[in-house]
Amino acid sequence: MTDQMTGAQSLIRSLEHAGVDVVFGIPGGAILPAYDPLYDSRRVRHILMRHEQGAGHAAEGYAYATGKPGVCMATSGPGATNLVTPIADAHMDSVPMVAITGQVATPSIGTDAFQEADISGITMPITKHNFLVKRVEDIPRTIAEAFHIASTGRPGPVLVDIAKDALQNEAPFAWPNRLDLPGYRPVTKPHGKQVREAARMIAEARRPVLYVGGGVLRAGAHQELRVLAELTGVPVVSTLMARGVFPDTHPQSLGMPGMHGTVAAVGALQKADLIVALGARFDDRVTGRLDTFAPDAKIVHADIDPAEISKNRQADVPIVGDCREVLADLVVAVRKDQSEGRQGDYAAWWAQLDRLRTVYPLGYDAPDDGSLAPQHVIQRLGEIVGPEAAYVAGVGQHQMWAAQFVSYDNPGTFINSGGLGTMGFSVPAALGAKVGAPDRTTWAVDGDGCFQMTNQELATCAVENIPIKVAVVNNGNLGMVRQWQTLFYEGRYSNTELRTAPDAEKVRIPDFVRLAEAYGCVGLRCERAEDVDATIEKAMAIDDAPVVVDFTVNADAMVWPMVGPGISNDNIQYARDMAPDWGDDD
Amino acid sequence: MTQHTLAVLVEDTPGILTRASALFSRRGFNIHSLSVSTTEYEGLSRMTIVVNCDRHPLEQVTKQLNKLVNVIKIVEMDNDASVRRELLLAKVKTDAASRPHVIQTAELFRANIVDVSADVVVIEATGKPEKLDALIRNLEPYGIKELVKSGTVALGRGPRSITDRSLRPVERSA
Repeated sequence: MTDQMTGAQSLIRSLEHAGVDVVFGIPGGAILPAYDPLYDSRRVRHILMRHEQGAGHAAEGYAYATGKPGVCMATSGPGATNLVTPIADAHMDSVPMVAITGQVATPSIGTDAFQEADISGITMPITKHNFLVKRVEDIPRTIAEAFHIASTGRPGPVLVDIAKDALQNEAPFAWPNRLDLPGYRPVTKPHGKQVREAARMIAEARRPVLYVGGGVLRAGAHQELRVLAELTGVPVVSTLMARGVFPDTHPQSLGMPGMHGTVAAVGALQKADLIVALGARFDDRVTGRLDTFAPDAKIVHADIDPAEISKNRQADVPIVGDCREVLADLVVAVRKDQSEGRQGDYAAWWAQLDRLRTVYPLGYDAPDDGSLAPQHVIQRLGEIVGPEAAYVAGVGQHQMWAAQFVSYDNPGTFINSGGLGTMGFSVPAALGAKVGAPDRTTWAVDGDGCFQMTNQELATCAVENIPIKVAVVNNGNLGMVRQWQTLFYEGRYSNTELRTAPDAEKVRIPDFVRLAEAYGCVGLRCERAEDVDATIEKAMAIDDAPVVVDFTVNADAMVWPMVGPGISNDNIQYARDMAPDWGDDD
Repeated sequence: MTQHTLAVLVEDTPGILTRASALFSRRGFNIHSLSVSTTEYEGLSRMTIVVNCDRHPLEQVTKQLNKLVNVIKIVEMDNDASVRRELLLAKVKTDAASRPHVIQTAELFRANIVDVSADVVVIEATGKPEKLDALIRNLEPYGIKELVKSGTVALGRGPRSITDRSLRPVERSA
């Protein structure tokens, strides 16, 4: 029988059946059998990373770019534990991912064998599901289930841990035609009555808002969203995870809500009488102090995950379903209401919001010492590179500026670590996004702190010919932590200076330009506002190598507006010690 | 806070007990009792979990529990609409003078003496948790040397079964 094969061959064949074309990984003892047939696969490209964390984030970036599950592979023990951070990241941000790890051979499991770690136990709370495979016969079915679970319902990471002897033993190969998962039945079709009730509330509301989250991106529902928004005339706020799902250039877009959201978006939620939450989860970074959040608002909450509904804020109309189906049904229900003469009048509401937009636009002051404003760098980057490119941020000030000062018009063009807030996400995720969409210009927008956590993947980019571009917004500090020290710790800058900006002797540790060159990339530097455009254009002109630009910027710039930690959204500050005037009577 | 009894139907897979119990502790719940057994279907196990918590957090943890891939169904066992039982084994100190009283107490609770030695008897009793608590209170004056309880198991009253219609396979589109 030709279909008799080793578990390793069965694994690679299963990946091919699952439609995998790229795996990001690093080999090692327990996973080694799988790397032998992988060497021969013509359909699966393996990209050798420099750290397993990079492999995980690359798989996430790939998933963002393609909508398909990203796949990462590592060996047992430390290889597997190095995947823990990206797995947790994918879990928080609902990124479809399949992580495959080698495990020590079955007889050694539980004996504290060399490179043994109970990775299925470790990842239990941070995976959508995980498997430990001990029998060669179980490999195809498990891989099929893993891809099904990772990519359907609310997407998420699934880990498949395979014992080394299961990879080495032989069995006939059989790809399952049907899956037996009696406990896994995600509800995608929303309840008609709830949808009609939501439509009725939209028509009756005076101050409604569409609060759009990452679920709309995952559902591929940006077109349906736009139809609903234009049909109803309701203002739209899009969360950090949903930047680009609704075009920033659209007149109904109020931008991002939350801790560093626009005054108009934060104010719209706060003053609303109806919030229609779509694939969003009332995260603390959006609501601020929960008991003072949107006190007058009724809540319609649509999400594919029933556990999100009424988790943080009680929903008046819960809708369980896929956002694309919810939006499509909602459009039908709203059209019917409108055809029968029921339509909301939001003119006074828009007047209130337009005033907030006009009086409190996003902005920043140029530093008075002549140094470069980080916001200027990011704003010009967005303007020169344009809305077709992908922007992949790390975590911190640069991430917030990238969310604020780039105008996003296309879904999936802003990629970042939202829920977990994983520093080091940017470079490997940009790598993965570039592999998933090779024709798309992909910029990592990183900070000097984040960049030093995962920049070894520049080697992967150079060797594998993955020409990403990296804008390091280098303020020589852990900038967001420093901002909090400025605001909440009397300017006591404990352990936030990194020395990546020049000191009195002009020494930088490390020098990012020389570091980039050492990694086979082009390194550029920009320190003055007048050089920003030319530097970006120079980076854009290079398409045969990865480029790293060290934008050395002012260290004191802060992210505004800001809702301080644990306080009410009512107390948002437009700039330091400057509260907006809401323009209402109470 | 009130006490709630959940019947949780699960696939009999390795780690399911850890997945379920860890979920409770991760979300800040203390499990009062938990028992697991096989069911009338091969490959299906049933957990009976008793927790003390308010209604809203219970709903939240139930939804989270429902998301576990190996969890098939969760039904709250209402006090009035279900039969709830627990098994108790207790080793009680006795001497010649107290033994008849201990045996009489056991009989009053329809409990059995399952082991006798010179200075102890082992009592086996089943019943509602409230009844067993009363038995324990009555035995305490004699001296309880050792006590173990099975945790509550529960079954809904009436003809319906929670395992009905739970076992359809999933059709895959791709």
